[in-house]
Amino acid sequence: MNDMTPTSAERAEKLEGMGCRRKRVEDIRFVQGKGNYVDDLKLPGMLYGDFTRSPHAHARVKKIDTAKAAALPGVVAVITAETLKTVNLAWMPTLAGDVEMVLADGKVLYQNQEVAFVVATDRYVAADAADLVEVEYEPLPVNVDPLKAMAPDAPVIREDIKDKTEGAHGPRKHYNHIFNWQAGDKAATDAAFAKADVTIKEMIVYPRVHPCPLETCQAVASFDKITGDLTVWGTFQAPHVIRTVASLISKIPEHKIHVIAPDIGGGFGNKVGAYPGYICAIVASIVTGKPVKWVEDRIENLSTTAFARDFYMDTEIAATKDGRILGLRCNTIADHGAFDACANATKWPAGLFSIISGSYDIPAAHVSVDGVYTNKAPGGVAYRCSFRVTEAAYAIERAMDIMAHKLGMDPAEFRMKNLIRPEQFPYTSTFGWVYDSGDYQTALNKVLEAVDYKALRAEQKAKQEAFKRGETRELMGIGVSFFTEIVGAGPSRNCDILGIAMFDSAEIRIHPTGSGICRLGTKSQGQGHETTYAQIIASELGLPAANITVEEGNTDTAPYGLGTYGSRSTPVSGAATAMACRKIKAKAQMIAAYMLEVHDDDLEWDVDRFRVKGNPERFKTMTEIAWAAYHEVPPGMEPGLEAVNYYDPPNFTFPFGAYVCVCDVDVDTGATKIRRFYALDDCGTRINPMIIEGQIHGGLTEAFGIAMGQEIHYDADGNVTTASLMDYFLPTAVETPHWETDWTTTPSPHHPIGAKGVGESPNVGGVPCFSNAVNDAFAFLGSTHIQMPHDNWRTWAAADKLGLHG
Amino acid sequence: MAKTQISMTVNGQSVDALVEPRTLLIHFLREQLNLTGPHIGCETSHCGACTVDLDGKSVKSCTVFAVQANGANIRTIEGMANPDGTLHALQEGFREMHGLQCGFCTPGMITRAYRLLQENPNPTEEEIRLGIAGNLCRCTGYQNIVKAIQYAAAKLSAAPVQEAAE
Repeated sequence: MNDMTPTSAERAEKLEGMGCRRKRVEDIRFVQGKGNYVDDLKLPGMLYGDFTRSPHAHARVKKIDTAKAAALPGVVAVITAETLKTVNLAWMPTLAGDVEMVLADGKVLYQNQEVAFVVATDRYVAADAADLVEVEYEPLPVNVDPLKAMAPDAPVIREDIKDKTEGAHGPRKHYNHIFNWQAGDKAATDAAFAKADVTIKEMIVYPRVHPCPLETCQAVASFDKITGDLTVWGTFQAPHVIRTVASLISKIPEHKIHVIAPDIGGGFGNKVGAYPGYICAIVASIVTGKPVKWVEDRIENLSTTAFARDFYMDTEIAATKDGRILGLRCNTIADHGAFDACANATKWPAGLFSIISGSYDIPAAHVSVDGVYTNKAPGGVAYRCSFRVTEAAYAIERAMDIMAHKLGMDPAEFRMKNLIRPEQFPYTSTFGWVYDSGDYQTALNKVLEAVDYKALRAEQKAKQEAFKRGETRELMGIGVSFFTEIVGAGPSRNCDILGIAMFDSAEIRIHPTGSGICRLGTKSQGQGHETTYAQIIASELGLPAANITVEEGNTDTAPYGLGTYGSRSTPVSGAATAMACRKIKAKAQMIAAYMLEVHDDDLEWDVDRFRVKGNPERFKTMTEIAWAAYHEVPPGMEPGLEAVNYYDPPNFTFPFGAYVCVCDVDVDTGATKIRRFYALDDCGTRINPMIIEGQIHGGLTEAFGIAMGQEIHYDADGNVTTASLMDYFLPTAVETPHWETDWTTTPSPHHPIGAKGVGESPNVGGVPCFSNAVNDAFAFLGSTHIQMPHDNWRTWAAADKLGLHG
Repeated sequence: MAKTQISMTVNGQSVDALVEPRTLLIHFLREQLNLTGPHIGCETSHCGACTVDLDGKSVKSCTVFAVQANGANIRTIEGMANPDGTLHALQEGFREMHGLQCGFCTPGMITRAYRLLQENPNPTEEEIRLGIAGNLCRCTGYQNIVKAIQYAAAKLSAAPVQEAAE
């Protein structure tokens, strides 16, 4: 060694490993318009499919006449439920244990439901022909109100199962009832409420919203009649699951199906499920022998594929008069639409909703969720959250504020008093979840100091006095939220999808020259996996991240995995990556020992090399070892340097955070301005801080959209009134607030690198924070709860209801 | 359907083609010219994923007929890189400042930002936010897009680059 030898720190920096704000690998193609999205795909002889859809929310289908459509030049096929019945595909299984029509079979159950699939040589001709399909409907009574779904005279939504008293998740108590799911201790909770000094009860509604990624759902199916191989390119967050489902329902052997998810233009849960469009494209390709492309338009996207939420949460908290929570109760009606196509782990019909005790040490709690059918689109996906976690976080965080105001306590102080304490971790919640790690007080204190919370409250008080004196028409709201997520599904003892355990995987192959490839069962939709997984490998194996290719989305080459949603990529595949690296490293150590003629135990790891203990000048770098792995392995050892790991996590991970939002509300216009938003996130070990901050900005912006304006709204006849971007609010750069981000780091003790996942935290914590801010502005006037979304009209109406308009 | 002859300049290349009168410019670019950089996000001119530069204006090509672009000079993201093949300052800025995630809005966003900087080489943050209000992004929350455009503005004003011939 001499002075020119780089130090360990210098060598580590060159690797661009964990903790580095590494620039994204993906960007090179995206900034030049060279991404490869599904609709960019063009195959010889490719046909285009389009749907004829129902204008009615509920109607009997008396007759479908396809003659005019079929006669249009360029039309190759028109597929209806009758066609699909010949291959037993008129209905398909859902992830939630229900069945769903692929094309209308006898009746339609929601507006824009798929009725016929037209296939033509040109997308314009397909659209023309879809309009020429003549359907005779007999309208039926419509119900779009989940609270009326189980009324004695409610319209029967599902005639196919109306007499079934048992569903996929237990007994059904009404023909529109899907399931009842409960968790917690009802008797203990009732007892807690009986002895409480103070209780609150509020119907907290999380309206139906839609993830609305900028790229809609789409697929190209290509069936090779000679070989019997089916290739499907599609917007799939979970390509392996899609392949398995496609095989199970089509009876095509799984090895003859090749599912490929190319670049995906955002997912946010919208692209987890299997939709009629995918099935119809596949069937059409099998029928015609040609590749068939199906691309959803925005109206179809918003009105048919994958809504989220629609939870009506009757939430109660019991507390002592000095502000100690004794109990929590929540009875929920969940609107699942016309088919239960909810994307949850199969055994969890209400997902992980029992995270509703949140970040607080609550001794007794009970939740009950009833799923019901209505004349709305099916779905129920986790829109940028783990399964039903954002609903739970919204309910508890709103209820905390309502209780704080009733007790006359400051909302931050009330939270601080009830937060789980650091010494209680690992903490077993009243619902039985074991929270892996946390330091909640530090996080909340840091945020309160950063925003000078006391000064904000003093300013708010002064403004309230000025308002009462008639000197201003503006109110100030301060929203506080503290959230705990449950992500990284999941331990196979808890979670499976259609019987497949929710593990995930990584397969790493190091090439002779010290570069390599890593393939995974997850699928990025903008999360930057090509960049971040390579950083884990760089730190674990001492090879530069720039020398590692990361590949996902091709079921022929990637190891099996359950895909990317519910913040599971880093907790599960990130762990698999580290574990696969460690297998490689163990072999590398043996090779190095052989090369250096020492015992394995005489070596120690130093950033990118194994060196002899006490003699650091004798070492072999990973690059040297990689070369040796292909030509001078120890006797009896297999050549090569690769490993695969299928990681079944021992537990979920529990990211958390503390957020504060400051807003000003004009009571005469209802206009709300977000003055400040401060977000502190703790996602455990941070792999790429630049990407984490970007994810938080994006998640907060989606939370802002949800809290302040998004709703998939139906009128009484079941017409979707918010099915285009004219009516469905997506924030632009103008409304979107400036975001301030911060962090603490509390690694997960059970994860190989201590990482917890982050992409969804800002949505889970952000929605209640905005909503609490708006509600907080009006709380001093006696308002307990104003429902989301807090658009100008609703905020004006809330002010009006409080008599603020004279 | 009868077809109409059109000609235009796209990314500096002359193009002659036959199109149906109803063919949208975005479909013409993507499907006939194989320029798949501009994307389709909404088909109602709200999202801006299809933004191209047409005769010195940012245009949402999902609501323009190809025949309306007859004789026009069009630039798409594919024509944005510098003549020597290096990235345009905006393309570089988006990468440097992490101004993209899924990449779907990026071509439209960069093309829009290009015209914005032509019209206003040193915009304030507020001017940038207003200037890109017709382009939606679902991933980034815009904050880093603003920084990316500021990065490009600073770089371009430090070393003025002539607008490529149109």
